[in-house]
This record gives sequence, structure tokens and C-alpha cells, in this order.
Amino acid sequence: MREWAEYDIHEGDGGESGAGSRIVLSGPMRVDSIGLIERDLRNYDGHLATIDISAVDDIDTVGAWIVSRLADEHDAEIEGANDTAQRLLKAVEVAEGDAKVHPDRAPLVERVLYGAGEYVQDWGKGTIGLLSFLGRIVLAFGSIIRHPRRFPMRAIVRQMELVGVNSLGIIGLMSFLIGVVIAQQGAAQLSQFGAESLTVNLVGRISLRELGVLMAAIMVAGRSGSAFAAQIGTMKLTEEIDAMRTIGISPTEKLIIPRLIACTVMMVFVGFYAAVMSIIGGAAISDLMLDLNFTSFLARVRDVVPTYDLWVLLIKAPVFGLIVALLGCYQGMQVENNAEEVGKRTTQAVVFGIFFVIVVDAIFAVFFTSVGWK
Amino acid sequence: MSDPLDRIDERAVARQDDYGEYPIRVRGLRNAFGEQVVHDNLSLDVRKGEILGVVGGSGTGKSVLMRSIIGLQTPQEGEIEVFGRNILEADPDEIIGIRDRWGVLFQGGALFSTLTVGENIQVPLKQYYPELSPELLDEIAHYKVKLAGLPEEALGKYPSELSGGMKKRAGLARALALDPELLFLDEPTAGLDPIGAAAFDKQTEELSETLGLTVFLITHDLDTLHEICDRVAVLADNQVIAVDTVTNLMDLDHPWIQEYFKGPRGRAALTAQALDELRRAMDKPVAGEA
Repeated sequence: MREWAEYDIHEGDGGESGAGSRIVLSGPMRVDSIGLIERDLRNYDGHLATIDISAVDDIDTVGAWIVSRLADEHDAEIEGANDTAQRLLKAVEVAEGDAKVHPDRAPLVERVLYGAGEYVQDWGKGTIGLLSFLGRIVLAFGSIIRHPRRFPMRAIVRQMELVGVNSLGIIGLMSFLIGVVIAQQGAAQLSQFGAESLTVNLVGRISLRELGVLMAAIMVAGRSGSAFAAQIGTMKLTEEIDAMRTIGISPTEKLIIPRLIACTVMMVFVGFYAAVMSIIGGAAISDLMLDLNFTSFLARVRDVVPTYDLWVLLIKAPVFGLIVALLGCYQGMQVENNAEEVGKRTTQAVVFGIFFVIVVDAIFAVFFTSVGWK
Repeated sequence: MSDPLDRIDERAVARQDDYGEYPIRVRGLRNAFGEQVVHDNLSLDVRKGEILGVVGGSGTGKSVLMRSIIGLQTPQEGEIEVFGRNILEADPDEIIGIRDRWGVLFQGGALFSTLTVGENIQVPLKQYYPELSPELLDEIAHYKVKLAGLPEEALGKYPSELSGGMKKRAGLARALALDPELLFLDEPTAGLDPIGAAAFDKQTEELSETLGLTVFLITHDLDTLHEICDRVAVLADNQVIAVDTVTNLMDLDHPWIQEYFKGPRGRAALTAQALDELRRAMDKPVAGEA
């Protein structure tokens, strides 16, 4: 069993000085054994004149600290300290200061107000920061154009693989299933008007115009936007970014530009691929559940989907890719101080990435409809 | 989850007297990463209460040896006994009972970056002894930072606000949190200025004396070896080729040892040490007369 320290207070037996009590501590006075008596000793409100530790069989600095603090508080004598105890008592004999161990915590109202103010300030700073970030990127592009040999081809290809090629499996599967759901649910509703054959229009057009590229962008934001933020953020913490700067390599050119280009370019392919997979999903389910077989579904898609739906996709996709990559890299570059920040910034990269993709998608939807591509 | 208090009760480990002369015994240790063999049939004993310096060229596996002993690296072969228990075969409860008896200072300090220095020190205390009151935890943090030689203001600071030397001291304070019997220091004076390094050495020596610590000290610092190490273990050729006092080591006829202690830096440290002793010897009679 675990041993605990014990104490015994003899009232009015304060030794030579007479007044006050005598406390006899016994057993081990160690960090693992004083937990039970420590609060009692702290709360004892009588007067102690003598602290007898001759029955203490083992002591460490925590025990010594408690004895020393008790002695200080009651102005008591310590009796029966052996060599070890004396040495440790001396070691912990440091005036107790009032420096804070924990960070300050203001009252709730103040914290809420402070938090709100900070949020507004962050928002403002973030906007300015993002603008200056964009400026740096434009400058970096400029300098790459002036020194074409610095064009980071290898890094771009590598990022293309990570962003595009490696995500084909999951994006394909997801888009296929979305195509299945749209076709199946759409057919169920359309059949009420006897318009089941319009399922092809629904799946074909919505996949190309909206869902294919949107879902792909969301997946890329989750996969790659977060990866950008975490990688760059960690590199900032380990001072790798600073090291690059001192060597004369621009982190914007070396880290951010390749990710931007790779993500922008690959988004076009991935978005188109997602749309195709979604249409295949719709065709597959209609083959199974509707009266339309696989190949005639695909043939009908060609008839009912206008070419400008493809243009809509091809225009939106690179913009989405750029947004996701920009926000990922930007959040990564904002990491400072500690590991928690990496997590926070990564979350923001994904959340803002998806948010802005959807906002821009809405703007595009209104725009394309009003120019007659409806 | 079981109550933490119960868990501690179960590991009724008698402290201090459960091992003999040697808190650490390593036998026939083999560590290899792929083709590259770091240790082969390495053996080492660390004596109770000593400060053992561990030296060796880069890549001789000083850190790997330390990581093996503290259980962060599983060796291919060999036996490692800490406090008389074989840590490679010990069950998890036993390992916990061993872990709260040692403190480790990593090279960079390895402080938890989201906690203040004071909270860092309290982490092991809260983990092992949840029964301690918050007031006591704060008081413990206070005197531990002072024991480690930090100013009190450091308590409320975050690691990112500290200098390299202060981080090491804060790491030392955390390593000392549980009043360990055994202290592992991985290059504690690397990256410190000479004054800071000398102060750190002195602190280590004093702590070892007052708290009765056994110290396993990896270092490249020749001054540290001369000043505070009772014995020095030399790692070379995948083994510990010698363990002895610095003076005895210098008589050994091994090329690396000769180069190490008698190279330009070794000589400088030696001269400094000799001057120091001379000064002390000259001071003594004066003090005696007075």
C-alpha cells in the first residue's frame, strides 16, 4: 500500500517558548505522500510554536517546502531535522514571490467584450494581411517572369501529384455517389409529373455546372488547403522559413507559388473529372432503376447539356483552386509561437476555403445566368 | 478509467532502496537503423549519486543510448535495468512507477508550447499526484524555477517568450518537478554562452549534491566534463570503450580519446581546470591563517 505522511498536534506543548502547540510530523514527507495532510496543514488556524520532524523517515523538496512554509507562517521552530532534511530545507529556502503561474483570466463580461473587440481587430488585420500577401505573390510572379530559370517546375509537378493525382480516388468515389443520389432522388420527384426522362437533364447539367466542381473544391480544400496550412505553419515554427529567407530564397516563390499554380491547374482537371464521375453515377443508377440504360443515358447527356455548361465549369474551377490554395498558404504563413496555432490556422484554412468557394460560386451562378448561360 | 489514486496505490514501489549500487545497468545493447549499426553489445553501469558524463563523436549514438534507457527507443537486443527493473520487459504499471522517478531534459527543452513555464512544471505533478492542492502546485512551481536558476517572472511566460538558455532551465525545472532520483540531461550546455554554461554546470552539480541525484549527462562540453563529471563514459566503435575519471581517461591509448582530450580545445579546458585548482590551492592557506 501507498504510505501517507501523518501529523499529530499537541496543544499547548510549544516547547521552550511555551505558548502555542507542537506538531509532530511522521512517515514519509514526499511529493507522493503528503497529498492528504497538506490541505489540513494549510488550513490549520491555531498557533504552532514547534514543528517536530524527527519522526519523518524520508523527505524530498516538496516535503521540505511544506515544513518550511509552515514554519514561516507560524514563525515556528523546526526540530529534529536530520542532515538530508536540513540540506533540503536550505535548498527550498527561497522567499515566496507573487509571480503568476497561470495567465490572467478576466471576468466573463470583460472577456466577451475583449474577445469581440479582438475578433473585429483580427478581421481587419486579416484583410490587410491578405492584401499584402496577395501583393507579395504578384511580386513573386513578377520576379519569376523576369528570371524564368527560377520557375519552380519540379515543385509544381510534385504539388500537382499531391493535390490532383492522389485525390482522384476519393473525389471519383464521392462524385459517383453524388451522381447516384441526384439521379435517384431526382427521378423520384420528377416521376410525379411523369417527367422521369428529365433526370438526364438534371444530372448532366447540375454535375457540370455546379456540383462536380463544387464538391471537388470542397474536397481539395479539406485535403490540400489544410495540408498547405499545416506544412507551411510547421515550417514557420521550426524557423525553416526564416532560414530560407536568410539564404536568399523567397518562401513565396519556393513554397507558395508552386502550390498556387498546382492547385489552380489541377482543380480544372479534378473538377471536370468529378463532373464526369457524377454523370457516370447517374447513368449507373438509371440503368439499374429507371428505364434508361447506361449508354443511352450518356448519349442523352450529349443532347441536353449545352456546351456553355462546360465553359461554366472550366471558368469556375481554376478560381476555386486559387481560392483554396491562397487561403491555405496564407493561413500557414500566419502561424506564430506554438503548436496550437498550427491547428487553429489549419482549421481556418479549410473553413474559409470552403466558405469563399461557396460565396464565389453563388456570384458565378447569378453572373452566368444573367449573361444568358442558363 | 480507474481513479488515479487507486492506480498509484497499486504500484507500491519502495523508493530509494529497491536497487543496489547501480540505478542504471545496460547489458549487451544493440541498436541498428536498417543497415546502420549504432550500438553493438554495449554495456554501461551508472553508479548511484554520480554525475556520469557521456561523450562521443557525432553519430556514435549518445542520444540513442539515452532514448533506449528512458524507453523511447526499443533496442533490437540487450537488457536495460533501471532501478533494478528490466524496463524492456516491465508491464505498463511498473513503467509508470519508474517514470515518476526520473526527470529528462531534452536538447531543445521540449516545453509544452501552449502552457506557461509554471504550468509546464505542474504537468507531471498533476499527472501523478492529482490530490495536491492548487495552492501547493503553485508554490512548488515557484521554488522549482528558483532551484533551476530562473527568475520568478519566467513562471507566467510562454516558452516562445524565453531565450534558449531560459528554455533549458525551464526544462530542467520540469525535469525536477517530481523530485526524481535520476536526471537525464541531453547536451544541457549546448547553445549557451560560456557564462550561462558555467552557471548551468554549477547548478547541476549543486542539485546533484543537495537532492542526491544521479545524473546521466550527454555533453560535448569539455569544461562540463572537467568541472562536474565524476566519471565519463566514452562512446566509440558502437560500444562504451571506457568509463573512468577524466584524468584516467587521458592516459588511455585510444586515438579518439587522445584527439578529444588533447586536441586544442581539450588542452584549453585542461589549462583552465589546472589554473582553477591552483587558485583554490593558493586560497586555502590564506583562509586557514585568517
